[in-house]
Amino acid sequence: MIDNPKTGMSLIVKTITRLTVGLILLFGIYIVLHGHLSPGGGFAGGVIIALSLVHLILAFGRDAKVSKISMNLASNLESLGALMFLSVALLGFLGGSFFLNVFKKGAPFKLFSSGTIPFSNIAISLKVGVGLFAIFLALIILEGTKRKK
Amino acid sequence: MKNPIFITYFVIIPLFAAFSIALIGKYVRRLYVDIASSVFCFLLLFFSFYSVAVLRNSANPAMVYNVGGWIPPFGICMVLDGLSSFMLVTVNLVAFFICIYSLSYMEKYTDKPKFFTLFFLMLAGMNGLIVTGDLFNLFVFLEIASIASYALVAFGTEAEELEASFKYAIMGSVASSFIFIGIAFLYGFTSTLNMADMARILSTKANIWVMPFVAVLFLMGFGLKAALVPFHAWLPDAHPSAPASISAMLSGVLIKTLGVYAMIRIFFNILGITDIYLSALMFLGGLSLITAVILALSQWDLKRLLAYHSISQIGYIFLGIGLGTPLGILGGLFHLFNHSVFKSLLFLNSGAIDYAINTRDLREMSGLKQKMPVTANTNLIASMSIAGIPPFNGFFSKLIIILACIQKGFLGYAVIAVIGSLLTLSSFMKVQKYAFLGELKEKYRHIKEVPLAMRLSMTGLAIICIFGGLMLLSDVKFFLDSAVNVLLEGRNYAQAVLEAALR
Amino acid sequence: MTLYFLCLILFCIGLYGVLRKRNLVKIIVGLGIIEYSMNLFFVLLGYKMHGRAPIDAQNQDILNMVDPIPQALVLTSIVIGLGVTALLISIAIRIYDKYGTFDITKIKRLKG
Repeated sequence: MIDNPKTGMSLIVKTITRLTVGLILLFGIYIVLHGHLSPGGGFAGGVIIALSLVHLILAFGRDAKVSKISMNLASNLESLGALMFLSVALLGFLGGSFFLNVFKKGAPFKLFSSGTIPFSNIAISLKVGVGLFAIFLALIILEGTKRKK
Repeated sequence: MKNPIFITYFVIIPLFAAFSIALIGKYVRRLYVDIASSVFCFLLLFFSFYSVAVLRNSANPAMVYNVGGWIPPFGICMVLDGLSSFMLVTVNLVAFFICIYSLSYMEKYTDKPKFFTLFFLMLAGMNGLIVTGDLFNLFVFLEIASIASYALVAFGTEAEELEASFKYAIMGSVASSFIFIGIAFLYGFTSTLNMADMARILSTKANIWVMPFVAVLFLMGFGLKAALVPFHAWLPDAHPSAPASISAMLSGVLIKTLGVYAMIRIFFNILGITDIYLSALMFLGGLSLITAVILALSQWDLKRLLAYHSISQIGYIFLGIGLGTPLGILGGLFHLFNHSVFKSLLFLNSGAIDYAINTRDLREMSGLKQKMPVTANTNLIASMSIAGIPPFNGFFSKLIIILACIQKGFLGYAVIAVIGSLLTLSSFMKVQKYAFLGELKEKYRHIKEVPLAMRLSMTGLAIICIFGGLMLLSDVKFFLDSAVNVLLEGRNYAQAVLEAALR
Repeated sequence: MTLYFLCLILFCIGLYGVLRKRNLVKIIVGLGIIEYSMNLFFVLLGYKMHGRAPIDAQNQDILNMVDPIPQALVLTSIVIGLGVTALLISIAIRIYDKYGTFDITKIKRLKG
């Protein structure tokens, strides 16, 4: 992988980023999925997932392919996350009441337990993660257009 | 009814509308977005009328829906009683007409689907705040509606709109933090967050320093959202800078839901009012009335003049409610409904003038009556309503407030109310003279009347202004009376709700 | 008791920032300090002396936990604060484009 010295940060930062950004993403997904067993859940996990993508852009500058994700895709994914959360809440109507926990609740302290809570965690983490990344993209696009002038 | 599911529709429908319009708005034709948003607003209006009918035909004064099946105080509940159904009808009726108006007004701005996303988010926040029965849920919906309104004020991204939106956002956030501290104190004192449970616990504890302290915090926080006079400084900048349909929404329903409704729900039903709170509300109401209407006399910008009059009419509402007698509260709540209708109509008119001739300065316009007859006639009806001329609806509510003041013996406040009404009349005669009567200027020879959607919504609101006084007839008066009774029974609200929750 | 007074002092520092500073970004930082002090106050309300974290793990007692409700509510409040800060920062950047300065004594086109 060629290191372009004109964009992004120094070589040391780029090397460390290549080694750790996948682990950060994996850690974020772990916090989301274990939201019903340990502290964390949708919000905190979503923020960590967004931060791993932001880390890529900060370290590699214009070369990072992630910065080519357009605002359209980010905004669509965000609305999709919100609609997923609303549909998980509407599933409770099948059981008789809004937001009821309708899936099977397995044995306590296992990963596949407590009904619909992991699904709401995943929906919230999608929305929060993509939302934060979209805010970051909007701010750097503004900076980019100003610099061109 | 055993399980009133339709209460949840007031939150589900706007949220679904907001995110689905955001998702598909760029890919379908413009007509489908218009039809979809009108259909969603009409559904909300239908369910609000349905809720009034259901509440009238049932025997109990309140209906409770337990979210997720959890019984309060363990879970969040949604409460529908007289005051909630009254506010729901007000909010959804005005929002329906404004939605139809913005179908053609927002063509002048970029990006209509994003506008409808934010509009429905604000509507979801307001509806959720009205139906909720849990104090922290109220704070969350308050923040949803406030953040959506900060973004909507800055929608056109001109220089003045951004400045106004920044000021509004900072002041609104500081007010929300005061409300949050008040909720934290109440939770620490009673260890529960459900409003009915808290009212029950507070009526058994002795009166120590916590309750007046929390009352002052809420007065500061909700007073800023409602634009009472020491806290009004954001309103004359924020309301003129927003697009006209958002000004109508902000001035017509947002300051009443987030400010007036939340404050009277907490003060009357949870904290329990005493004479000192009532006299504080009346004093602030009277001060707003007279200060704002004097400040409005020197304005030449049309929307800024209307914004100052909003502050003054909110003073009328607090003067009526602060009296504490049945007649006073009836006058205050009736004036809340009337003011939503005619103030929205006035802002929609100013938006129509802006659409046609691109200016808001009164000194630039004259003689628009010849070219824009619908706008001129509806403006005349709304101006006569706000000034209190019979037989329009503003006359009846102002008369009831002044009679209630005299009945309780506060002659000073009655005189202030009459003086305020006279100065309001003079302000609006100035608007009529400069904007509509007189000679048409040369550069305005080619303007036309505004498009059909805008004309329809303005006519609809004007018809409600004309027939609004009929709400005091004995067949229809139950609509207002049920709201007044909820406030008068004070903390007994808790008993009605807790019984209904267990059913 | 002294902890609550320290929260109040932090709130007053933030309020001083909002009221007296002239730079737009410093006002936003002051608002952030106000929100931190509010969240800290709410979490401290649920604290018990020698309590442990309210996580239900295997083979441990349920007794002697601190109150978990304020922690859930503060999580929501932190996210609300994040949303407001993001909106304010983007408005401040656009104000710099239009007016050319961050100084609030020069951003005064709306008067009267």
